[in-house]
Amino acid sequence: MLFRMIRGVLLHQKSKMLLIAVTIALGASLATGMLNVVMGVEEKVNKELKNYGANITVKSKDASLLTAIYEVGEGDEVLNDAYLKEDELGKLKTIFWAFNIVDFTPFLQAKAALPDGTEAQVIGTWFNHHLSLPTGEEMDAGVAGMRSWWEITDGRWLNEADENADNEIMVGTMLAEEKRWTVGETVALTTPQGKLDAEIVGIYDAGGDEDSQIFATLDAVQALTDREGKVNSIEVSALTTPDNDLARRAAKNPSALNSHDYETWYCTAYVSAICYQIQEAITGSVANAVRQVAESEGTVLDKTKLLMILITALSLIGSALGISNLVTASVMERSKEIGLLKAIGAKDRSITGVVMTEILITALFGLAAGYFMGLGFAQLIGHSVFGSAIDMNPKVIPIVAGLIALVTIAGSLPAIRMVLRLKPAEVLHGGQ
Amino acid sequence: MALLELKNISKIYGELKALNNVSLHVDKGEWVAIMGPSGSGKSTMMNIIGCMDKPTKGEVLLDGVDISKESSKRLTDIRRDKIGLIFQQFHMVGYLTAVENVMVSQYYHSMPDEEEALEALGRVGLRERAKHLPSQLSGGEQQRVCVARALINHPELILADEPTGNLDEANENIVLDLFRQLHREGTTLIVVTHDPEVAEAAQRTIVLEHGKVAREIVNENFVE
Repeated sequence: MLFRMIRGVLLHQKSKMLLIAVTIALGASLATGMLNVVMGVEEKVNKELKNYGANITVKSKDASLLTAIYEVGEGDEVLNDAYLKEDELGKLKTIFWAFNIVDFTPFLQAKAALPDGTEAQVIGTWFNHHLSLPTGEEMDAGVAGMRSWWEITDGRWLNEADENADNEIMVGTMLAEEKRWTVGETVALTTPQGKLDAEIVGIYDAGGDEDSQIFATLDAVQALTDREGKVNSIEVSALTTPDNDLARRAAKNPSALNSHDYETWYCTAYVSAICYQIQEAITGSVANAVRQVAESEGTVLDKTKLLMILITALSLIGSALGISNLVTASVMERSKEIGLLKAIGAKDRSITGVVMTEILITALFGLAAGYFMGLGFAQLIGHSVFGSAIDMNPKVIPIVAGLIALVTIAGSLPAIRMVLRLKPAEVLHGGQ
Repeated sequence: MALLELKNISKIYGELKALNNVSLHVDKGEWVAIMGPSGSGKSTMMNIIGCMDKPTKGEVLLDGVDISKESSKRLTDIRRDKIGLIFQQFHMVGYLTAVENVMVSQYYHSMPDEEEALEALGRVGLRERAKHLPSQLSGGEQQRVCVARALINHPELILADEPTGNLDEANENIVLDLFRQLHREGTTLIVVTHDPEVAEAAQRTIVLEHGKVAREIVNENFVE
């Protein structure tokens, strides 16, 4: 009988039920879309923000100490004698937050004499260095990913996979213009330890000091300067959590934290926690956050997430209000029927059960339709904002189902209150 | 033996006394009509007898139990178990067929039984119309479905509010014949009406005026 009654209502009030389903579908689609984006946005936004460069620099302890005491900086010759070991770079992907390290590249700096007798800074680095990590993972790391804002004005990126890569260089636009170098030209670079005849394969515009520098493969500069297996510094691009008070305290002195705070800090992707773990992994290293980049990344990510969660919440509140109006209108329309059912002996909970079952069945259809609409919506956001697809996160299904159940129940409460207050005598033949 | 006893009941809405110190005694198996002009308190009395309202003062004894102080939940149980209601405006569930409208009453009372519901429809001459929706039935047919719905759970009291108010003469006679049949079977009937012909079909008529019992008329010509 219950089935016949529910089927009857669903068919009899199909336009109203359709409106309720559409309202729920809209809420569910926005919630599905936004939650999928929120759960996938971290990677997307971070990829976008990685375009602004590394957020962690790693140097040897000696170099860091000299920088701190004597305020010497990049390019100062004195720092060139403080090294990290190249063969330890893979350890970056073995730390607790290995998954958060999206790219990194080493640098080895040297001054080389040019054929015209002047000097230029030569930087040895990875461009697209293929790594087989101790974890079994494979990855490509290097400046090609970490200097994505470089504009190649002529030629191409240096490709480490090329057989001749160690005899190739990339030159900054300022230096190329000054020396009137062009792509394809061979330049002789000389240091006290050796000589490199390298072909210019690309001229880049970095918009800064790097425009007066020469970039070569790490192996080439190590050979040129007789510093095999050594690097001066490493730039790391990592996904981080925005700093809070705990992170700031830990950044000053992790050993001052109590065990609970230490554990919380260590197991959260704060930039200071990642730096700490890098120092643990790389012998004799000091890792420092490029604070501005790290903080702005976290802030942008948090604000993006907050905005999307707010949109989701507002859409669900809108749905609840819509459901409330429609269900109340439906109950008002059926007040005589509900009064009659009460008059012939239906208890409040039976009628509430019938009304809620009708609404929840309708909600189920709305949820299913809304979920698939939401997946499309997420892809639309993914392609129009981030230029790539958003992964479907299965965790979204129970969350959206729960939210829609809550919204439907909350939206139905005024109508249920009306059902409970309805007196058969008043709707069937007036009070007097 | 009294099935229903109203003892000095009043129903007061602010300044208005819809019922003013009314007493009434209805025996088991009796057929009583309640008459009166609009605003005389007929519907208020029906609501109180039908367990859909409570008096402000006085006692209502139904089958010896005072129902005037019972909770709404308990009143629902009493109404479901002891009373069959018939309304002037039929009040059927529009999306259920005739037989399903009868079965709804069974569903909330005990267990729906389609065969029994069809038999009840047969009693009111509508078995062949069982699968029709209310919108496909005439007014008289709808009221007969309501009679079938009221009697399906074998109530001790049938309470009808203007049962023929919206019917033509032919259908009025059909409904009155059904009442006569129920009366013969021992069902107690209380019929609220303003139609003298309907009142004359009852054994006794109570006339209400301004919330009070103005007079009581025993039908000398009552035909069993």
